[in-house]
Amino acid sequence: MSLTLEQVQRIAHLARIETSESEALTTQGHLNGIFQLIEQMQAVDTAGVEPMAHAQDLSQRLRDDAVTETDRRAAYQAVAPETEAGLYLVPKVIE
Amino acid sequence: MNQWEVVIGIETHAQLSTVSKIFSGAPTAFGAEPNTQACAVDLALPGVLPVLNKKAVECAIRFGLAIGAHVAPKSVFARKNYFYPDLPKGYQISQFELPVVQGGAITVQVGSGDKAYEKTVNLTRAHLEEDAGKSLHEDFHGKSGIDLNRAGTPLLEIVTEPDMRSSDEAVAYAKALHALVQWIGICDGNMQEGSFRCDANVSVRRPGAPFGTRREIKNLNSFRFLKEAIDFEVQWQINEIEEGRKIQQATVLFDPDSGETRTMRTKEDAHDYRYFPDPDLLPLVIADDWIARVRGELPELPAQKRERFAGELGLSAYDAATLTASQEIAGFFESTVEVAGTANAKPCANWVMVDLAARLNKEGRDIGQSPVSPAQLGGLVRRIADNTISNNIAKKVFEALWNGEGASADEIIDKQGLKQITDSGAIEALVDEVIAANAANVAEYRAGKEKAFNALVGQVMKAAKGKANPQQVNELLKKKLAG
Repeated sequence: MSLTLEQVQRIAHLARIETSESEALTTQGHLNGIFQLIEQMQAVDTAGVEPMAHAQDLSQRLRDDAVTETDRRAAYQAVAPETEAGLYLVPKVIE
Repeated sequence: MNQWEVVIGIETHAQLSTVSKIFSGAPTAFGAEPNTQACAVDLALPGVLPVLNKKAVECAIRFGLAIGAHVAPKSVFARKNYFYPDLPKGYQISQFELPVVQGGAITVQVGSGDKAYEKTVNLTRAHLEEDAGKSLHEDFHGKSGIDLNRAGTPLLEIVTEPDMRSSDEAVAYAKALHALVQWIGICDGNMQEGSFRCDANVSVRRPGAPFGTRREIKNLNSFRFLKEAIDFEVQWQINEIEEGRKIQQATVLFDPDSGETRTMRTKEDAHDYRYFPDPDLLPLVIADDWIARVRGELPELPAQKRERFAGELGLSAYDAATLTASQEIAGFFESTVEVAGTANAKPCANWVMVDLAARLNKEGRDIGQSPVSPAQLGGLVRRIADNTISNNIAKKVFEALWNGEGASADEIIDKQGLKQITDSGAIEALVDEVIAANAANVAEYRAGKEKAFNALVGQVMKAAKGKANPQQVNELLKKKLAG
């Protein structure tokens, strides 16, 4: 399997990464190199092997349902570009 | 409409009743000042890691057991990637290929009276995920305001198969689900606050044909809107097809003011979420003994109670369904029956569903705030059953109990002298008086006018101040008039 230039540009768009035509071409080469590696791995017979969802064969640790975080809005908003009435302000997202 | 079949599937987001968020220790309380409940994890500051809330998992297990689903011994969290300012990480942690709850079904009553029928809605899955924050689009100098208090709130997304065939079935399912999640204590069900929101996937087809193209109506937060939105959408799709146009897969919003649905985005710009397992989270393992413990803690479920009410107590399917609308109603009814006796279950049901419900409704109260307790109501029903008072007098006693005029029905009956007259000698005397004083009515009755009889009964009851046993009055009066 390999990616077309168009697919690379679509992925870049979805990830909101601006790419020039030449950057897209370079990236296409890199990504297709990774696909070759994947193809090699897929050639291994894994019949009967349960897929892992994580590199570590452990299970998720759980925490008790308790409030442990206090309000630190002032500290967090001190580094935000713009705030008002306790809200973070961002460029308008709908027209 | 006959030649079109409606196909509906529903996705519901139920906010789980935890005090802290699904992956952080920030509080989930509703209505706090903006961003005062958003911690470093919720804000996705660099270096933070999610740690899963045990209670949220337990809620999912409870739900899975309540609907007879498979609770997956191993499930996986995945990242659902999209960009929006109220989603600071750039992805939502959700479950994709391996959800925690798989399958299951909910059986609901659709309609009432003769047209009522049972419908089983199969569930595809239910999975754990985090909520996003809230965007406020009022004008902040041409910008949007972001409140991240809701970001990271635990949700259970509950997905049905496309099993419903009308808006009525969809509403019946949504209501049953709404009642169930509250019943098992995993969601407060508050729709105004967004704790329970539905998306409806709607398509139409010719009966027997493959599924048509569906459109998804997002974020319906009332049962009325759910019904109105589906009805409008169905009619719109039928019109489109009949006018020769094709339905495009799309996401639409319902505008309650206009009663219309409008397109939000079509398939071309539909999100490609690029799901993949979240490397920050290990697989969620649920051991058998945990499932067994949760099973042991589950209350008797609405469906089980319905069956028992119908079977053991002989109630109709409708009564059984009405009385299991919530834990509170069912509990009130059962405590009433406990006092009145199971032989009087039917009158208990009537008092709870009719007289008490009407009175509560009039004052806008919940059954939990009823001034008449189940023990008081049960005592009242017992006195009707043993003929101490008639139904009419019972209404008076009920009113007196409501107003706190006595601690029990017995006390009120005693204090206000409401005990029914069953002594036939006393009733006979009253009947004789009335016959003697109402010659005109007597003559009319003898001439074949049934109505005149009722007037005479009324006169006797009046003379007895409503306390004479109505059956005895009827019998004696008939006997005397015939003689």
